[in-house]
Amino acid sequence: MAPAGKDWTLPGGDYAMSRFSSLDEITTGNVGRLKVTSTFSTGVLHGHEGNPLVVNNMMYVVTPYPNILYDIDLTKPGGAVKWVYQPNPSDKSVGIACCDVVNRGATYANGRIYFNTLDAHTVAVDANSGKEIWKVAVGNIDIGETVTMAPIVVHNKVIVGNSGAELGVRGWIKALDAGNGKELWRAYSTGPDRDVLIGPAFKPFYQDQRGTDLGTKTWSGEQWKLGGGTVWGWISYDPQLNLIYYGTANPGVWNPDMRPGDNKWSLTIFARDPDNGDARWAYQMTPHDAWDYDGVNENILADIQVDGRERKVLVHPDRNGFVYTLDRETGEVITAGKFVFTNWADSINRKTGRPAENPAFRTKAGVVTRGICPSATGGKDEPPSAFSPQTGWFYIPNTNDCMDYQGTEANYIAGTPYVGASVKMYAGPGGHRGGFNAWDAATGKAVWHIDENFPVWSGVLATAGGVVFYGTMDGWFKAVAAKDGHELWKFKVGSGIVGNPITYTGPDGKQYVAVYSGIGGWMGAVAFPDVSTDDPYTALGVAGAIPDIKQASAMGGTLYVFAL
Amino acid sequence: MSSLSDLVAGLALVAVVTGTIEGTGHHGMSSRAAPSIPRVLAVCADPNNMPFSNDKLEGFENKLAQLVAADMGLTVHYTWLPQRRGFVRNTLRAHRCDVIMGVPSGFELARPTDPYYRSTYVFVTRKSRHLNLHSFDDPRLRRLKIGVHVIGDDYANVPPAAALAQRHIIRNVVGYSIYGDYSQPDPPARLIDAVARGDVDVAVVWGPLAGYFARRAAVPLDVQPVSPQVDVPFLPFVFDISMAVRRGDDSLRVRLETVLERRQHEIRQLLEQYGVPLLPLKAES
Repeated sequence: MAPAGKDWTLPGGDYAMSRFSSLDEITTGNVGRLKVTSTFSTGVLHGHEGNPLVVNNMMYVVTPYPNILYDIDLTKPGGAVKWVYQPNPSDKSVGIACCDVVNRGATYANGRIYFNTLDAHTVAVDANSGKEIWKVAVGNIDIGETVTMAPIVVHNKVIVGNSGAELGVRGWIKALDAGNGKELWRAYSTGPDRDVLIGPAFKPFYQDQRGTDLGTKTWSGEQWKLGGGTVWGWISYDPQLNLIYYGTANPGVWNPDMRPGDNKWSLTIFARDPDNGDARWAYQMTPHDAWDYDGVNENILADIQVDGRERKVLVHPDRNGFVYTLDRETGEVITAGKFVFTNWADSINRKTGRPAENPAFRTKAGVVTRGICPSATGGKDEPPSAFSPQTGWFYIPNTNDCMDYQGTEANYIAGTPYVGASVKMYAGPGGHRGGFNAWDAATGKAVWHIDENFPVWSGVLATAGGVVFYGTMDGWFKAVAAKDGHELWKFKVGSGIVGNPITYTGPDGKQYVAVYSGIGGWMGAVAFPDVSTDDPYTALGVAGAIPDIKQASAMGGTLYVFAL
Repeated sequence: MSSLSDLVAGLALVAVVTGTIEGTGHHGMSSRAAPSIPRVLAVCADPNNMPFSNDKLEGFENKLAQLVAADMGLTVHYTWLPQRRGFVRNTLRAHRCDVIMGVPSGFELARPTDPYYRSTYVFVTRKSRHLNLHSFDDPRLRRLKIGVHVIGDDYANVPPAAALAQRHIIRNVVGYSIYGDYSQPDPPARLIDAVARGDVDVAVVWGPLAGYFARRAAVPLDVQPVSPQVDVPFLPFVFDISMAVRRGDDSLRVRLETVLERRQHEIRQLLEQYGVPLLPLKAES
């Protein structure tokens, strides 16, 4: 699998989601001289997750809702907008999206840009002319489905998944014909095997993932029909094994007592055949979720030495605080180590694949539970990590938060009063709320660590120049040495960074680095003027963790480009 | 901070009363300086959620808004938004309106008024079944098919779902999304439809919704308050309901409370017309 080089055509740079670039003009020795070369206002506020693409000297930028696609001609001085495509998503989707109106970007294939809109449509746009080739509804916003994830294209199929577990929807991933948008297969995350596309080819490694119709039998009654397990994160692809990999979100509905059982296939990594959607293996990280530990984070595919032997692995830093190194052919756990302070489970049993849970930290309706770590935001959320084949290490953004789960709070939806736990989040041990790790997936241990004041909610870029880039919620874009985390350079952008840096070669042959500035998303929404921090429980409890973000960042929406 | 209603009520003495207040849209703060605005009570409401409100003004919250506004010498102006997560943030806090007509009295996202009614969760069954259910501890609940609303996955759910779960009544419980399919009329009412159709034997539903749709069902339905009123460890089925204003908007709140107090008998009659199961409000302490 070739890493990204001159262009950046996929959400993660390559199919392996490695976010590694072979470009090496910018090095640990000269990155200190990095300067802004251009900026571009997207005209949209709210959280700018994801990253632009660069193809043939053109840059493609997708904004948060209303999901405008800009084509920026990099051959023009400072860049010039060549065309703008506006999908005009329904404003109904704005009231539905749980965690800000984000979009995690586009993918490029066969001369087309493919991306999703908040109102659950997938579009194909001609990369040259900006003309819409097709636009299809993939979900139903009237039942609460939105789409925020970045698709990928494999074998002329656009792979997309839904969001909306907060409203009790049922998760799915589907493949659309890249030519016309027609649905080719759909695999649900809950329900009978025929809905989940589990058949004779399904060979999970662990005993408790085997058996028929576990997507109904590990639930009670018909709860699986509102069972969540949405697919709003990243998709990786191994062309040699011809398997796609992705994780599913948390199970619905609240509370866990209503759904006794493992609640498969929520919080599960699936390996599927992209041609027909058939599941090959599955591995559930957190059975019977009681914490909101969505399993949608990135799955980075790499070939690394483990105990003197080369293994084809998948490395997944999960919300639940563990980094899982799995054999990507079989789904076997090779290592699973904690990358942030984590107490809900002590370890992952490699024989059974199951967590050794600490019952004191399992939430329970009506019971106050304090000091659960990590909090519901997880040890990290969706911002994708990077892998450098030069060091053999993974670079992981962290959130260091714990939570109290307490009390009964009255709320109101559609004229109906209901009650819920109030969740209060606060800094974990050490008092800092974020961090950044270099991770050895072979040993399951951190190699080095940087404390950050705010949760690190940006993606990561690693380059052949030995440099690793990431951004902070208070707007520092940083370069550190891949080898030891030594800070080499930083620049303060206009608004906090929740997007993912990329690098590419410009028309002048120089190496450029680009990143969005524009705070938002679940935690970042606390920076918004209309989100109050008077109440620490605001924004599903995250306001309590970072009330001071309002002093550190305001809303924005700007692309920054840097070069030597 | 003074409310939009207060401001326009004051300005109205000098302002030409004309036009609409479309300007209170997304950028309500700036629209406050609009040169001519009518005397309005700016209300945010769900356009598709009977018996509470709809954009045909058929709900009891619509009638109540009219009653209260008329008493204050104001005209009702609506901003419509589905009452979902973010409703308060996108309505009151965004200054798109000054009042929402119904919230639980313990609501923390806004400043509730004194309550104007108290209702309860109820068991809804077909009369022909003669089930006569009253209590969560009724052993028949272990085998009947029970429908409840479910909220999604936000650390929250309706109290009946929790009450049944903690009695290990789980396998025979069917969840109906409170959000439903918003392209259909009054999505939460699908749960009452399910009882009428026989898809479930019993539904445990918030009283106002049940009382209204039970009267309109194709077959006679029985509506009975649940007991206990508060389950252990602390799970209430009875809620006081208030109007709500922005936190700090005490002048408007006090004016609304004055009207609610003075017109309480008419308000009670209005709620009875809509079949809202009413419990006595706690006497002032």
